[in-house]
Amino acid sequence: MSVASKDNKIINEKIVENATCTFCGCCCDDITLTVDMDKKVITKAKDACVLGKSWFLNHVIEDKPIARIDGKEVSLDEAIDEAAKILMEAKFPILYGMSDTICEAQRQCAPIMDDCGGTIDTTTSVCHGPSGMAFQGVGEPTMTLGEVKNRADFVMYWGGNPAEAHPRHFARYAVTPEGMYTPNGKDDRTVVIVDVRHTKTAGVADIFLQLKPGKDFELLWMLRAACKGVDIPNDCKDICGLDKEVVEDLFQRMKNCTYGVIFFGMGLTMSRGRHFNSGALMALATDLNEFTHFVAKPARGHGNVTGADNVVSWQTGYPFGVNFSRGHPRFNPGEFTTVDTLSRHEADAALIIASDPVANFPKPAIDHITSDKCKLISIDTKNTPTSEAAHVSIQTSTYGINTGGTVYRMDDVPISLRPAFDSPFPSDLEVLTKLRKKVNELSKKANRPYATKKYI
Amino acid sequence: MKGQLILLPGRSAKQGVGLNKGKLKEEYIRVTTTLEVSFEDAAELGLETADIVKISNHIGETEVQVKVLREGKLPVGYAFIPYGPPSSNLFDGETCGTGMPASKGMTIDVEFIKKGVKKKTALPPKTAIG
Ligand code: SF4
Repeated sequence: MSVASKDNKIINEKIVENATCTFCGCCCDDITLTVDMDKKVITKAKDACVLGKSWFLNHVIEDKPIARIDGKEVSLDEAIDEAAKILMEAKFPILYGMSDTICEAQRQCAPIMDDCGGTIDTTTSVCHGPSGMAFQGVGEPTMTLGEVKNRADFVMYWGGNPAEAHPRHFARYAVTPEGMYTPNGKDDRTVVIVDVRHTKTAGVADIFLQLKPGKDFELLWMLRAACKGVDIPNDCKDICGLDKEVVEDLFQRMKNCTYGVIFFGMGLTMSRGRHFNSGALMALATDLNEFTHFVAKPARGHGNVTGADNVVSWQTGYPFGVNFSRGHPRFNPGEFTTVDTLSRHEADAALIIASDPVANFPKPAIDHITSDKCKLISIDTKNTPTSEAAHVSIQTSTYGINTGGTVYRMDDVPISLRPAFDSPFPSDLEVLTKLRKKVNELSKKANRPYATKKYI
Repeated sequence: MKGQLILLPGRSAKQGVGLNKGKLKEEYIRVTTTLEVSFEDAAELGLETADIVKISNHIGETEVQVKVLREGKLPVGYAFIPYGPPSSNLFDGETCGTGMPASKGMTIDVEFIKKGVKKKTALPPKTAIG
């Protein structure tokens, strides 16, 4: 569609209705994008939050090579050949990331690592990995966000700051929307925030509980005990920083609501206790089902980290930290998770997809991944410290803006993307499909016993 | 002026916006080199907003710019920094068998280096990336 701009220039404009923002796990799929098709930029992102707007409006087609080896421009095929050779020759190749790409690209990854006997891990291992472990231990009292919107009258956020990390979570799903059984929006809900910091999220709370840092497990266990009829201890304040009466009141509210939900964040999973904390929280939600309907859900960060867990789970049986060196998948967090394989200097080749460990990982892991003992391959849409440090660096197009495909919202609901405009860069799917084919060829040539395995 | 605090790294909206503009750009660097300190701790350590301090532990060290928060925003004895290369520089690689490094609640030394400029200038990270 052509429209006239303020200075009467004709702009070739395109409107994309119901586009999906993939910046965070909310995957809001109600955004209206206005695209300047001549300049290839998005000029408006109606209904997106501050993070979503910056995701869409800052997207530009950069003038840089598709593929580089040691900083020098090469063809995509040369880069793929080099990457495949590195992975096949490595003794302990690892693949990490995948949370910012589509499921169709993610499903190419396990076969690549299977063929070269490597280890596959997603960014889950450094965000909700402990929750993934806890799911296996205690199960997941789960739901969809649609249910929360329509039914929840008690909403709790524990160790998370959605006002800054998932800004539309309140308005679209959990706090203010008018639902079937919550017609008055926020007035029909009690919102409780548990955190050690008084964050922006605390501003929406009916009840803000400032917990002593590192005492999540203690408070969760007190509430679990209360479900079994045990009194809240008198020294509750010394234990977790909250008055006994406050915790008693909280328990009564949890027990007496019609539909309760706890969203939990990395304040819980990254603190002392890790998977014990997530496990205690999910067990508490399960226990509360003796009195009412209660569910819990991790508030996931990256746009398709939930998809990465799902895809790796249906391909290997495990969500992250999966090793193929014995020809079958083995799961062992702490052994096959990326921070560990790097910090222990085990990995000698690392394929990083849509992720930036060089900016986010602990120093010992960064020191190894950027050393000459580990060949680094990066596939990413943007320049990052990781892509800059990589031996092989491939630039791809951005999911949700330039390419379509499927992502999973944080409640495991799959959503199809509506891209806004094309990119000269190849998609992750194209690059990973080529790499998978190349690795498979080399694997067959090397007579690797599992190179003919079929993947769906 | 030197003291100890417990560091709580985390996400922030500004960090998310900076990330979209580019991790190698000024805004992201500025946001991820800002250390939020409680009003009470700042008074105790003699720190003011914009001061440059060195924060360190047994893993590494980095220089950051202080932002003093209003009373009650942070528990006394704790400091907050948005995730980014400076905070990573202090994370231990030990995951206690979970894959997850202990990235919240580590004890850090805080040492005053110099007065900074109270404006939106980038503080070049002293921590080398890689
Ligand atoms: S809440 Fe998340 S998915 Fe929704 S617009 Fe904001 S950043 Fe995008």
